[in-house]
Amino acid sequence: MDTTRLQRISDFEWRIPRHDAMRVPGVIFGSRALIEDMDDKVAEQVTNVATLPGIVSASYAMPDAHWGYGFAIGGVAAFDPDAGGVVSAGGVGFDISCGVRTLNTGLQREAIEARQGPLADALFAAIPAGLGSTGGIHLDDPGLNAMLRGGALWAVEQGWGDARDLERIEEHGCMSGADPAAVSAQARHRQRNEMGTLGSGNHYLEVQAVSRIFDSDTAAVFGLQEGDVLVSIHCGSRGLGHQIGTEYLKLMLLAAQRHGIALPERELACAPIDSDTGRAYLGAMRAGINCALANRQILTHLVREVFARLYPGAVLQLLYDVSHNTCKVETHEVDGRPRRLFVHRKGATRAFGPGHPELPEVFRQSGQPVLIGGSMGTASYILCGNASSESLSFASACHGAGRAMSRRKAYKTWHGRQVIDSLREQGIIVRSPSSRGVAEEAPGAYKDVASVVNATDHAGLARKVAELKPVVCIKG
Amino acid sequence: MDNPARWSHFQHDADIGVRGCGPTLEAAFEQAALAMTAVMTDPRLVKAETPVRLHCEAPDAELLLVDWLNALVYATATRNTLFSRFKVSIHNHRLDATAWGEPIDAGRHQPAAEVKGATYTALKVVREADGSWCAQCVVDV
Repeated sequence: MDTTRLQRISDFEWRIPRHDAMRVPGVIFGSRALIEDMDDKVAEQVTNVATLPGIVSASYAMPDAHWGYGFAIGGVAAFDPDAGGVVSAGGVGFDISCGVRTLNTGLQREAIEARQGPLADALFAAIPAGLGSTGGIHLDDPGLNAMLRGGALWAVEQGWGDARDLERIEEHGCMSGADPAAVSAQARHRQRNEMGTLGSGNHYLEVQAVSRIFDSDTAAVFGLQEGDVLVSIHCGSRGLGHQIGTEYLKLMLLAAQRHGIALPERELACAPIDSDTGRAYLGAMRAGINCALANRQILTHLVREVFARLYPGAVLQLLYDVSHNTCKVETHEVDGRPRRLFVHRKGATRAFGPGHPELPEVFRQSGQPVLIGGSMGTASYILCGNASSESLSFASACHGAGRAMSRRKAYKTWHGRQVIDSLREQGIIVRSPSSRGVAEEAPGAYKDVASVVNATDHAGLARKVAELKPVVCIKG
Repeated sequence: MDNPARWSHFQHDADIGVRGCGPTLEAAFEQAALAMTAVMTDPRLVKAETPVRLHCEAPDAELLLVDWLNALVYATATRNTLFSRFKVSIHNHRLDATAWGEPIDAGRHQPAAEVKGATYTALKVVREADGSWCAQCVVDV
């Protein structure tokens, strides 16, 4: 992106001044180098979002932003229902509530390294991964409705996990306002065999070791020390979420037309929050969030079963579960007064700062854990929400590295076997059903996650707490 | 043949663009479907055995392309099937098609990314100067 078209606010904050149909300015966070690497499409998409009715303060892009659908991936935008604000399926994304959850195993790196191969094999056997893989849980319609209403709370009630997990999940594991009736028969059908599956593409399950602590006080609150072994799960709402996204995108195209909303491009399809289509989408999307929370809860149970076999007595405690494709109702202070807003985060993580009333007691003083997945073979990071993120970006931070190279080019550049062997030399075991999938997800195909995380920290969106290095990676 | 049927992929930051071209609109749609299969696996590895009939309707050719690809995404997900041969007919924005494929065999097909849905991004259905058709959009993986 050409930075001369942007107003530099600070080393890590750049502004697109309001022009033409924009209702608010655009704000892009990132170092000059990160922004120069971004596609011009990011600025175009940030600008387009700024034209939507009811948008408040600014249209934001996080330091890992890249060209998405309508909204940039890494985009954040808040809408006020009392000012004609809209909700957009494209502003949430197809993989509703895709996110990361991290468990602390209570084990040390040495213990894992001693049995690294058997652990990789056992996890790969237990976790259904890849296109066409099916889970062991098949829900009938009443069961599906209960799951869509209950989320991780439902999963815990079914015996997958522990009630103590719930306070360490956003929304305490159960998104309220879900409306299973707004989820079509097709979306239900797509989920029939996909409960408790990881999916494919950039989704993964990783065993990681804490390699560095940046903020020892916050690390102590999060229960992290150098050498600790964690398990992180990155996946979303599977076929059900994808189908909801697909169907409502189409419905919103019609709704926008009906409500006279001018769309700069079709992918920005949206409906007034206060409309039949808007309400139906919100009900379905919240059901999709619960599906993702239930799915990650079931996968957590499968991981715990594996660890119980290999490391009897190990207790895997949930550190936190974040979703990075959502629209949530939150209260934020705008121009000195609290306003109830519908905050879209697409490829962006909520980052509530210290003292936020929605945080569980354990994180009330520190702020919320912000879990940032790297790519296979590179570091992941744990950050923490800052007080400053509230005024900067409606309490939002980055979500990952972002691709630097297309899948096709990656597949032509590397062989899966070669990637697996070279990671093995670095002490990382990769297991995947697809060698082509591994090549497409090669570490070199992604941007440098460290520079994204550093920019997030310097911009004040969230502060760095710990760096994690992968030990075992199960790739979908 | 001046304008043989062909498919290709084009660059998108996070995902992948699928494009099909051919002498007719129908051929372009068939090739776009093949391009989408190629996101998941090498289409030459997929036996065109079991037929599945699909129908969709949309107000214009571009929206019809998205609906067509999404109908295939749905069929892949719910039938656990990959497709490698397509026969499309289109009349008045109504599409009737048969897709032939086989159940996913992870060992043989080595499926890479799962297509979550077809999008309206870089969506175009155009008739070229030589009379051939091209149909394209980005798919979310």
